[in-house]
Amino acid sequence: MRNLRLNALLAIGLVIAMLLSLAAGKVWVSPVAWLGDDLGALIIMELRLPRTVLGAAIGAALGMAGATMQGYLRNPLADPGVFGVSASAALGAVTSLYFGYAVTAWLLPAFALAGAGIGMGLLALLAGRSGSLILFTLAGVILSSLAGSLTSLMISLAPTPFATTEIVTWLMGALTDRSWDDVQLAVPIIAAGMAFLFATGRSLDALTLGEDAARSMGVNILRLQWFAVLGVGLTVGASVAAAGIIGFVGLIVPHLVRPFAGHQPSAVLLPSALAGALLVVGADSIVRILPSVSELRLGIAMSLLGAPFFMALLFKMHRELS
Amino acid sequence: MLLSFENLSLTLRGRKILDQISGAFQPGRVTVILGANGAGKSSLLSCLSGLREPKSGSVTIDDRALLSLHGKERGRMIGLLPQRPDIHWNVDVRTIVGLGRLPHSGRWGMSAADHEAVARAMEATDCADLAERKAMRLSGGEQGRVLLARVLAGEPQWLLADEPLASLDPAHQFDVLERLKNYAAAGKGVIVVLHDLTQAARFADDIMVMKDGAILAAGPRNEVMTAEIMAQAYGVEVQIGTSDTGEPLVVPVRRL
Repeated sequence: MRNLRLNALLAIGLVIAMLLSLAAGKVWVSPVAWLGDDLGALIIMELRLPRTVLGAAIGAALGMAGATMQGYLRNPLADPGVFGVSASAALGAVTSLYFGYAVTAWLLPAFALAGAGIGMGLLALLAGRSGSLILFTLAGVILSSLAGSLTSLMISLAPTPFATTEIVTWLMGALTDRSWDDVQLAVPIIAAGMAFLFATGRSLDALTLGEDAARSMGVNILRLQWFAVLGVGLTVGASVAAAGIIGFVGLIVPHLVRPFAGHQPSAVLLPSALAGALLVVGADSIVRILPSVSELRLGIAMSLLGAPFFMALLFKMHRELS
Repeated sequence: MLLSFENLSLTLRGRKILDQISGAFQPGRVTVILGANGAGKSSLLSCLSGLREPKSGSVTIDDRALLSLHGKERGRMIGLLPQRPDIHWNVDVRTIVGLGRLPHSGRWGMSAADHEAVARAMEATDCADLAERKAMRLSGGEQGRVLLARVLAGEPQWLLADEPLASLDPAHQFDVLERLKNYAAAGKGVIVVLHDLTQAARFADDIMVMKDGAILAAGPRNEVMTAEIMAQAYGVEVQIGTSDTGEPLVVPVRRL
């Protein structure tokens, strides 16, 4: 298998990051206390372990979804948000907060998943069976902005200031206080989505030569399109349902991976999943350790990391062009 | 292996692109498709390669309907070199050529036979020394060779090329055409859309001339490459002579 060493290194790094993330936080719990039955073990088993597992799953989902989107659209600036799935999942979640349904723990993720599902359905209606890349991207952009403006509408019409705060805070994305319930809900859906994404690999490679060449070699473009939509919809929908919108991961991670894995789209998929998991677990550990009064939201932290990264990328492209 | 089409019609946005045309291609020969812009050459090629479903009529390969073939099976029989050279990611040349084995290889990567075919294709196009280079950093001529190697790696029974000479200098044009000719000499069928009458006359075994979605003439080079037919097809006057090498020399001289 190609990139065996890279994948092994990333996997080892991920395991180490996850162990560190379990130990680190407002209180340090050393590994010897993890399996006891005192308070330390309770923190690990009921608070930090689900959070770390969820962080890894969401990071893997977003990284792989980003790599697939960039391969599918043959555009290194594409990210999983382009299909409008994350915006419609967020709209679903915000709806449940707006009506105050979120008192029942599983209703918010259920609404978010329903939002993602409706989003994918609308995408199918808008783009039709054409398999056209441009129609499809446009449909995603329309969906994305429609869901975004409806979300804003909900915020401005929120019944109480409390609901407004709740919505705005939720939208920023975080892994705070996630439990095994969230893991049980999100991880199977993410796994199913990643299976779809993984299956697109060879077809994405063929697309490197353009759509006509890919089709002439037997690639079914329509099938590829729906695998990409289902994969991105399931992974991103479940991620948003569990943690809100965490931007930039899907955009950055494939770029970080390419210098080591090469540019071939299928070769980027698995390393992107591992590196995405590593990035989110690491970033989530850092926001937890930072000595701030209230915890920095993970979504904000990722954006703060992402912007300078893209400036560096811009400068690099600038140098290559001149 | 015979490739033929019967009563082929294609309509795009209410406009007739191909109008009830029929014809056949011979393996072991280079067939050049000629015709003015918009005559339907590329549309015919996309029907022949199975990319477009005709409104009516059928394409038959070896007594089997093309559209009844599974995508990969079709890909093994017919290789297409599209008009626009597309390389979207900066991968190395060996990987690009390896993509040509997609119709043959299973889900889990390439077999030894696949690697051999890739090596043969790179040998046949003199790409072997480019193997480790990044595809996007190549010159236009090198890219053309690499993309040709990609098609050859699939070892298709039929090789369809849509204007493979666009943006190539004369030496590289000869290079590509000679490789296509060699492929036909090995018993495969080669169908090429060209705009250059001089090169067409030099390299074609058979010529098919299209006009307004119909076939104006088809047959061996010497029967079709005549001043009358070229005048009808393009509205230009051509002079036909013989070059030092004994090949026909066709030069367009003025518009009629």
